[in-house]
Amino acid sequence: MDGVFDFSHYGDLLGLVANSIIACAVLGIVGGLIGVFVVQRDMAFAVHGISEMSFAGAAGALLVGVDVLLGAVVGSLVAAAVIGLLGARARDRNSIVGVLMPFGLGLGVLFLALYPGRSANKFGLLTGQVVAVGGGQLWVLVGVGAAVLAVLLAIWRPLAFDSLDPDVAAARGVPTRMLSLVFMLLLGVTVAVAVQIIGALLVLALLVTPAAAAVRVTHSAVLVPVLSMAFGLLSALGGILIAIGSTLPVSPFITTISFVIYLVCRDIGRTRDIRRFRRAAEAKALEPA
Amino acid sequence: MTPPQPPAPPATPATGRNARTGADGIAHSVLSLAGAALRVRGRTLFAGLDLDVAPGEFVAVLGPNGSGKTSLFRAILGLERLAAGTVRLLGEPVHRGDRRIGYVPQQRIWPRGMPMLGKDVVTLGRTGSRFGLPIASRADREAVNRAIWQVRAEALANRPVGDLSGGEQQRIRIAQAIVDEPELLLLDEPLSSLDLRSQADIVELVDAQRARGAAVLFIAHDVNPILESVDRVLYLAQGRHRLGTPDEVLTTESLSALYGTRVDVVRVEDRVFVAGAPDAAHHHHEAEQDETVERLERQA
Repeated sequence: MDGVFDFSHYGDLLGLVANSIIACAVLGIVGGLIGVFVVQRDMAFAVHGISEMSFAGAAGALLVGVDVLLGAVVGSLVAAAVIGLLGARARDRNSIVGVLMPFGLGLGVLFLALYPGRSANKFGLLTGQVVAVGGGQLWVLVGVGAAVLAVLLAIWRPLAFDSLDPDVAAARGVPTRMLSLVFMLLLGVTVAVAVQIIGALLVLALLVTPAAAAVRVTHSAVLVPVLSMAFGLLSALGGILIAIGSTLPVSPFITTISFVIYLVCRDIGRTRDIRRFRRAAEAKALEPA
Repeated sequence: MTPPQPPAPPATPATGRNARTGADGIAHSVLSLAGAALRVRGRTLFAGLDLDVAPGEFVAVLGPNGSGKTSLFRAILGLERLAAGTVRLLGEPVHRGDRRIGYVPQQRIWPRGMPMLGKDVVTLGRTGSRFGLPIASRADREAVNRAIWQVRAEALANRPVGDLSGGEQQRIRIAQAIVDEPELLLLDEPLSSLDLRSQADIVELVDAQRARGAAVLFIAHDVNPILESVDRVLYLAQGRHRLGTPDEVLTTESLSALYGTRVDVVRVEDRVFVAGAPDAAHHHHEAEQDETVERLERQA
């Protein structure tokens, strides 16, 4: 493992990749927040499907020589629209995603095979390449992330209401159908950004794992998003800060940190459940028969 | 926290038969349907329905599956358009999202792991249709606490809703429906799949709302748990309807005329049993199909 980690010029490096660090932080926050709804609306698989189509879009853009982020966004939005329009019910949605996902991945592989350029770019779309993205492009990523965040916060309560109980939400005047489409749009854009940073195959580590971990330790509608956002930020930021001092790509660090957070949260939740169960059993035993 | 209020007095049937004053300063019934007709894919669910509901009145909506009970609620909520006639709430045509209506739909159990506490669900009833930064005001928090107090759900407020029993979830749903102190409560089979004790608890909560002056429309599969509280019964079947007191509607003659076939209504002490209603027999399949189509249409 010698030569994999080298933190000797860490300070200088930090300055060079400041943009990447900011991009990771933004994605961590946005991914953690949108993940709350991904988990609540049971859409983890859909996210994976969107990311493969996003990969196809990015690979296509690379092949024809247009902006990769633009290609990724187009691929994402097409997938998000198809899933959003055809898969209102979870079961329909899963099969549509199952159909879409290999198609997207195959298309992407085809585009990359036809692409005559450097192979590092090819691999990067699948597994992440944040450091390879240029400075100007990074600011686009940050801007898109901030815009998603603003819209998400603005529709937070109606979206939460729709996720909890669409019938009552509709009766209460929530435009449920419009909200679902806006949510798919936000999800598509977020995935496209995430593909740039951690790669199509690993998007779930920032869009699902933090929220899934948060739900393990609390059910409060206030604390879940706060924790999920903190976990996303910790994973993304921790991942890039370690990666800077190593020769390895950023993705494995991000995925590992977010997985460890999940394991810890699971254990905390389990321990608490067992304690609560025991206390309830004791209380029952004390009750007069 | 809200200052403790005196517990609601036990509801007496038919409290406050006088009408409420609407926005225009004129006294109106809480809910008023005139010549209302509803058609779903060419099938008439009901037609020529006239119904005026007074404040504090409890109207049970009965009928076989697919007879249009839930569709009637959707029309009152402004989610379904009438084929003919009018629906008015306090003298004004109904519109979607009217905060003077509290609604508890047919129960879908919230699964374990749902990232919501009891109080979060109630809060959404109050703030869930508002766009903008999700910050609850003091007035919102007070309204939520009051609603939770009114249904005596203080012990459930900080528990995950997915961990609650069916009866406890129903209590939270009712708190959500009454958080804006609505003039009209629409409850769609709120007692289904509850044990007898929870059923009695829920009926008591509903009665307390009537004492406050809220009118109640209550869809029930079985009228017996609510028979004591019911002022009037609206019975829907075969595209026709009957409206009147339980004694007028729940009789062999009345229901036989409604169904167009012999239906026996038996009274055993203070319980009512309907025998021979062609519910499951040849209507059930059609009703089930309708429900499926309706669900698909709603999703499309």
